[in-house]
Amino acid sequence: MFRILERKMLTPNICKMVVEAPRIAKAAQPGQFLIVRADEKGERIPLTISDYDREKGLVTIVTQLIGASSAAIIAKEEGEFFADVVGPLGNPSAFVHASEDELKGRRYIFIAGGVGTAPVYPQAKWLHDRGIAVDVIIGARNKDLFIYTDEIASACDNLYLCTDDGSAGFHGVGTACLEKLVAEGKSYTHAVAIGPMVMMKFATLTCKKLGIPEDVSLNMLMVDGTGMCGACRVTVAGKTRFACVDGPEFNGYDVDFDEAMRRLGQYKEEEAEQKAKYVG
Amino acid sequence: MAERIPRVPVREQDPKVRAHNFEEVCYGYNLEEATLESSRCLHCKNPRCVGACPVGIDIPGFIAKVKEGDIAGAAAVIAKDSSLPAVCGRVCPQESQCEGSCVLGVKGEPVAIGKLERFVADHAGPAEVKAAPAGSARKVAVIGSGPSGLACASDLAKKGYDVTIFEALHKAGGVLEYGIPEFRLPKDTVLKREIDSVKALGVKIETDVIVGRTVTIDSLMEDEGFEAVFVGTGAGLPRFMGIPGENLNGVFSANEFLTRNNLMKAFREDYLTPIHAGRKCCVVGGGNVAMDAARTALRLGADTTIIYRRTEVELPARKEEVHHAKEEGIEFRMLTNPVEILGDEKGWVRAVRCIRMELGEPDESGRRSPVPIPGSEFEIETDTVIMALGTSPNPLIVNTTEGLQATRRGGLAADPEGRTTREGIFAGGDAVTGAATVILAMGAGRKAAAAIDGYLRGKDGNS
Ligand SMILES: Cc1cc2nc3c(=O)[nH]c(=O)nc-3n(C[C@H](O)[C@H](O)[C@H](O)COP(=O)(O)OP(=O)(O)OC[C@H]3O[C@@H](n4cnc5c(N)ncnc54)[C@H](O)[C@@H]3O)c2cc1C
Ligand SMILES: Cc1cc2nc3c(=O)[nH]c(=O)nc-3n(C[C@H](O)[C@H](O)[C@H](O)COP(=O)(O)OP(=O)(O)OC[C@H]3O[C@@H](n4cnc5c(N)ncnc54)[C@H](O)[C@@H]3O)c2cc1C
Ligand code: SF4
Ligand code: SF4
Ligand code: FES
Repeated sequence: MFRILERKMLTPNICKMVVEAPRIAKAAQPGQFLIVRADEKGERIPLTISDYDREKGLVTIVTQLIGASSAAIIAKEEGEFFADVVGPLGNPSAFVHASEDELKGRRYIFIAGGVGTAPVYPQAKWLHDRGIAVDVIIGARNKDLFIYTDEIASACDNLYLCTDDGSAGFHGVGTACLEKLVAEGKSYTHAVAIGPMVMMKFATLTCKKLGIPEDVSLNMLMVDGTGMCGACRVTVAGKTRFACVDGPEFNGYDVDFDEAMRRLGQYKEEEAEQKAKYVG
Repeated sequence: MAERIPRVPVREQDPKVRAHNFEEVCYGYNLEEATLESSRCLHCKNPRCVGACPVGIDIPGFIAKVKEGDIAGAAAVIAKDSSLPAVCGRVCPQESQCEGSCVLGVKGEPVAIGKLERFVADHAGPAEVKAAPAGSARKVAVIGSGPSGLACASDLAKKGYDVTIFEALHKAGGVLEYGIPEFRLPKDTVLKREIDSVKALGVKIETDVIVGRTVTIDSLMEDEGFEAVFVGTGAGLPRFMGIPGENLNGVFSANEFLTRNNLMKAFREDYLTPIHAGRKCCVVGGGNVAMDAARTALRLGADTTIIYRRTEVELPARKEEVHHAKEEGIEFRMLTNPVEILGDEKGWVRAVRCIRMELGEPDESGRRSPVPIPGSEFEIETDTVIMALGTSPNPLIVNTTEGLQATRRGGLAADPEGRTTREGIFAGGDAVTGAATVILAMGAGRKAAAAIDGYLRGKDGNS
């Protein structure tokens, strides 16, 4: 089990893999994630399910090289196996449970940043397949760092690309693009932001300003992913929540982003040592 | 009834040395020591020790075999009532169970029943296993591979059922694997052997399956042909205190800390798992979990203090662990309770603000509850805080299975034989009782196995 059937580098440090995991593929919903352990001595790494094929029993993950454990995942070749893949974890996106009536008339805007673009795909696709209006903004530092643009283009009504350096699409960050779209007369009933924590923090500020309800997907540090350790705790609406079982998606307006960012750095020193040792 | 031979002391690793390693603290008896200790037992006509063992092991019976030098025979006596003797001999709270009731304890020291049980389990060699009959056996699913699940699965396999254990984590063993540290329960020798012997009976273990997420009980029963299910999912959800500062960097649940260290082997250089014990570590709580977290932090190099709101008498941990923790140099601050965790400018723990407590009047349960002394707050400087305040059952299975009821305390509702509110589904161990002990979980798993057997035979009879 957990054989890697397909492996492709999307950018120099983002890798897409299609993995055999029939039980997970059968149960997966948009917004959920899984935990991968590359080898016996590796960490348990949470990764969003970026696509799933129930018939063939396959799930797709898109991994960015961050430290030693993500490096170990990416280092696997086609035909090799992961030691463990477990999931699907977390709650599906809120819209999965909405009734047809509730969904009717909604207009979604997704704001995706970096490796957070991949998880947007199953969500946009789910909505688009049901005829719900979906626009997607993807932000990247420069034009070479976009991922998943073709997939997402096929799963939404309008795709807007932005680069920090202006090398492609809108010159500026995703939130500025959103403001521009709204100023030009676009209107959205729901927003979903997925990307680096700091990007989601600013996306939330922009959505607040524009009055668009917004969900974010919190990539906290995790160990088990089942509510057992509390490593993933985060303050939402003044209450401690466990991102793995209460999330990973939360109402962005309620999230204490500064605390979340600080907690992400909790093992920075230990991780840096390992990266130096195993990745260089 | 003069006691002639004193209780045979057990050899242990020097506290100064073991404070820096994860090897087992207690070496256990050798044959000579075990034989001598076994000769102390009076073989009482009405042995009080047996009544005080939750599973009623024939203690004088197995001790008699040890005395004769028939270790395999002793193991066979124990095996009638326990399927995890190497574990229970090590982790049972003997002082409040078997040994606590031994008549020798009235005037002197009780027989070292736990140490003898461990000796037997460690030295008996593999028991003869009858491989389960292959083929058309009826399928039973066991959810969770802790002591309750392992015990239930092995009894069912012995009865000829086709048993699969589904485990959420990547390794089997439950708390025995992720919670109790190596220095109390060695994984690659003791625990692995117990799990291998369950597998040798033909039990299949599928790890990385979270029932309620990856599959559901209903899909197991409807799509995969399991005719009965045992839920032994434990009580794994950590509690926090709800005081200010609990989400600062450097505050961990004991579960996170111990899981990183035990399941994920953070203490070993060759594993990637990071762990943070800090230079100075405060552990809040007084149970086995608190002792394990504190002694782990100590071994990782932290100067460690245990903060407990009652007194030493009330410490719920095994006596031996408290004694070992003290020997190893852990400081105990009794009658003390945290009220706030204070952070530095970067959001890391810098101190715990505590209040002094005193024991008030006994409440209805007869236990004297601690009450804060107004105005007695003070700070303990520290850079790491580990919360070991107890755990509760995970609601995932109840929430995803139609017809299962929970108790007020969040456990699964089940009768003493393990029958839940839904036909064909049984439960036991911490998942039902809330956090308890290995021996009780094991006993519950075995009772449920008997009930499952009865249920499936009943179904046969009716069809
Ligand atoms: C629900 C969830 C879904 C996720 N989905 C994806 C995904 O689809 N693709 C993907 O590439 N990553 C995803 N992540 C993040 C991924 O799990 C981390 O990047 C990974 O754990 C890093 O492990 P590492 O050992 O390589 O790096 P580490 O050595 O652990 O970290 C190196 C440095 O990065 C920081 N860091 C660690 N984890 C994170 C994080 N989660 N976010 C930001 N900084 C971090 C650390 O502070 C450290 O300084 C997700 C996380 C969660 C919780
Ligand atoms: C640190 C620590 C020290 C302890 N020390 C002692 C001691 O010295 N003596 C003593 O007697 N007791 C001790 N205990 C208590 C004892 O370990 C437990 O009472 C006992 O393990 C309970 O057994 P169980 O089978 O009910 O559950 P557990 O051992 O908790 O096992 C449950 C298993 O089910 C799995 N699971 C949970 N949910 C799912 C799901 N949805 N799908 C699939 N799998 C699932 C879990 O991952 C776990 O592996 C200690 C506990 C801890 C935490
Ligand atoms: S199982 Fe526990 S209580 Fe029973 S005899 Fe053994 S050590 Fe004592
Ligand atoms: S009570 Fe003590 S002396 Fe009597 S049978 Fe039990 S262990 Fe032996
Ligand atoms: S990852 Fe352990 S509780 Fe969320």
